[in-house]
Amino acid sequence: MENVLNNIVMSYREQVHHRMLVLAAIAGLTLIVGIYAITQGTYNLSPFQAIRALFGIAGERADVVIWNIRLPRIIASLVVGWGLSVSGLGIQSMLRNPLGSPSTLGISQGAAFGAAAAIVFAGAGIVSITFFAFMGAMGATMIILLLAHLKRLSPEAIILSGVALSALFGSATILIQYMATDIQLASVVFWTFGDTARSSWREIILLTIVVILTSIFFMMQRWDMNALDSGEDVARGLGVNVERLRLQGMAAAALIAALATAFHGVIAFVGLIAPHMARRIVGVDHSLLIPFSSVLGALLLLSADTAGRVLVGSGALPVGVLTSFLGGPMFLYLLVRGYR
Amino acid sequence: MLTVSGVHFSYNSHPALTDIHFSLEPGRILGILGVNGAGKSTLLKCLNRILRPQLGAVLLEKSNILEMNQRDVARRMGYVPQRHTDTRLTVYEAVLLGRRPHMGWTVRPKDYQVVETLLAEMALTHLSHRPVCDLSGGEVQQVMIARALAQSPRVLLLDEPTSNLDIKHQLEVMKTIRRVVREQRLSAIVSIHDLNLAVRFADAFLFIKDHCVHALHTKDTLDAGVISNVYGVEVSLVKAGDHLLVAPH
Repeated sequence: MENVLNNIVMSYREQVHHRMLVLAAIAGLTLIVGIYAITQGTYNLSPFQAIRALFGIAGERADVVIWNIRLPRIIASLVVGWGLSVSGLGIQSMLRNPLGSPSTLGISQGAAFGAAAAIVFAGAGIVSITFFAFMGAMGATMIILLLAHLKRLSPEAIILSGVALSALFGSATILIQYMATDIQLASVVFWTFGDTARSSWREIILLTIVVILTSIFFMMQRWDMNALDSGEDVARGLGVNVERLRLQGMAAAALIAALATAFHGVIAFVGLIAPHMARRIVGVDHSLLIPFSSVLGALLLLSADTAGRVLVGSGALPVGVLTSFLGGPMFLYLLVRGYR
Repeated sequence: MLTVSGVHFSYNSHPALTDIHFSLEPGRILGILGVNGAGKSTLLKCLNRILRPQLGAVLLEKSNILEMNQRDVARRMGYVPQRHTDTRLTVYEAVLLGRRPHMGWTVRPKDYQVVETLLAEMALTHLSHRPVCDLSGGEVQQVMIARALAQSPRVLLLDEPTSNLDIKHQLEVMKTIRRVVREQRLSAIVSIHDLNLAVRFADAFLFIKDHCVHALHTKDTLDAGVISNVYGVEVSLVKAGDHLLVAPH
């Protein structure tokens, strides 16, 4: 019986190989959704025209629509989805808390508050908004880290602190809105719901670079993250500097959340859902979990954004609304199921 | 040869260990004995720098563990903690994790080889792809020992490896420990509550009382008096076949 079992059980390396194929399939699906998304909108294009336009050979009008309107939005959805997902996964690992994500811990809300403060008090330059958003995100992160470290709070209590922080930053943002001029107000309100259609190529490229670097950082820490998942003492016994890992990991996660929020507003729950979807497929080994979360996050946000555009038609529905509709029930489901 | 001298550790100025000293040869098992809260777990964590002793030295051959970086310590000392967090890592992944102190950017073929050899030796191969949290207590303990051995250590630290196990699995786990210690000439330090298991499997006994070394005995010098003294319970040592038994009055 045991021998039969041994033959059935795939070797670990075969299994990894098999999962890489699954990863490639998900990436392929993402590409298909991307091409579909290019064809959809008020200016109709066939998939063939869309691909020609990607290379700038579909006629001036189609090229402009693709390169200036649709492609930025699509690439932004992909990168933000990827980034928030990696950020959420990082937070979940560092805090050993499956309910963690930029939005459930108030980190995104902290970033939105920072962005609002920058618009009203420091002028709406991209550098100042980004900087203030990052400070807001880091502020929230530090509070969470301190509570997690000093008070050894349970996962549920950490999430409750996140709720408190979100409420705090939310009301502070409203206070700033109260003091803002009409133009500033419109600009600030923009940040309270997430949208992938507002960034230029410059911002997209900056975010892409940061997301790639951060993903590489997390990939380099993948065994340390596995060790931490098995307990702090285990991690230390395996030579992991837990305090340093946690600080660096949370800062990296907060950096992505800050940039994504500074450019696109609060897009909730993607960072929570995508890592859990990935766990369902590949288990908890971070060598696979990080790439799977990345691709699933990108696919998820692009699908949500495209669905919003196609269903509502005008193309004006912010994707943040849709992810919240998806994410809220998912969050409750995780709580009820005991988030294992 | 592992030599521990003058190790002192306090939690926020509350002394937990004072002037701990002993030495242990390769191929031998040292049992750490003492009442709850005597500092057994703390001592183990001080030896591989999970906690940092304020004073003292832990010499392995000629190098001081307490002055190494954490990765170098992890290459020399395998650690099995008392309480296991439920991890959804599979058995294979959990044991591969033990290679972490030796890994660079990628997992090398040698790492896989070590893991697969260990899984086969410890009869865990058939469980390779099962999540650790789905296993029974005895199986989990075997996996944790396999992970510590994957570190290719010279010293094995085990914190209460037999608590929460039934008698069959207690014996299996202790036999596994004894087998690898003899075969690979490791030094093993085991904190343990069950005196009968300790007397049966350990080669030497370190009694800790009031945060200090109360006595260090070998199997031959062990007597009922020291046990009574440390635990505050009258006992006799009884010979049963080849084994000594500790019988409380």
